[in-house]
Amino acid sequence: MSTYIERMKPPLTILYFAWLRERTGAAEETLPLPDGVETVADLIGFLAARSPGHASAFQNRRTVRCAVNQEFADPMVILRPGDEVAFFPPVTGG
Amino acid sequence: MAHIKVQTEDFDTGAEIAALMSGRTDIGGIGCFVGAVRDDHTANNRIVALTLEHYPDMTERAIERIAAEAERRWSLLGCTVIHRVGRLQAGANIVLVIAAASHRQAALDATSFLIDWLKTKAPFWKREEFADGCRTWVAARDTDDAAASRWEDTGR
Repeated sequence: MSTYIERMKPPLTILYFAWLRERTGAAEETLPLPDGVETVADLIGFLAARSPGHASAFQNRRTVRCAVNQEFADPMVILRPGDEVAFFPPVTGG
Repeated sequence: MAHIKVQTEDFDTGAEIAALMSGRTDIGGIGCFVGAVRDDHTANNRIVALTLEHYPDMTERAIERIAAEAERRWSLLGCTVIHRVGRLQAGANIVLVIAAASHRQAALDATSFLIDWLKTKAPFWKREEFADGCRTWVAARDTDDAAASRWEDTGR
């Protein structure tokens, strides 16, 4: 049971692009910053356990890139409530 | 300040160069790169189209940062980047990069830099659509990373 203060904290917005979106089956999810999740790497560990699709999306973590609040972020970046966290493959534009 | 657009519609390269040159007498040279959807005619499974996906809230900001870096390094007098998104058929334009400078070397180097960094630092993803109906996401290439990193080592 969450306290009033915890419920007031803005949730994380998680975005998935390209084949990560296809494997998770979601373009966007919102969830409270989970207990014990401090970094991007922690969040990947948490999300990978959500469903078989998520597990498949995060299976090979070397092929997953991340941005926090629209800035490229490495696995050690610290997350805060309300952050927008995007997961995607290495970029292939141009 | 660079002219940057992310759009589904096609672009007119000549019109974009003319717009950048218009009213200017200080520009000595223009570098220009146009990327297109390539169908490999020797492949067994031909490419029909590409779909370009992007991260809308991040894309323009990422391109602005790349363009600002080019403007700083080569003291550009003008810069245009147009990147298309959505489904693009073989032969269609994908991306336009224009760099204007006092002299040719700066214009040409800045053009190379802009497309090299766009390929590795802007959030776009290509999905290929083949003649047999198969669709696959394009994998990032090490050669693109190498091309982008040559600009980081030299410091200009």
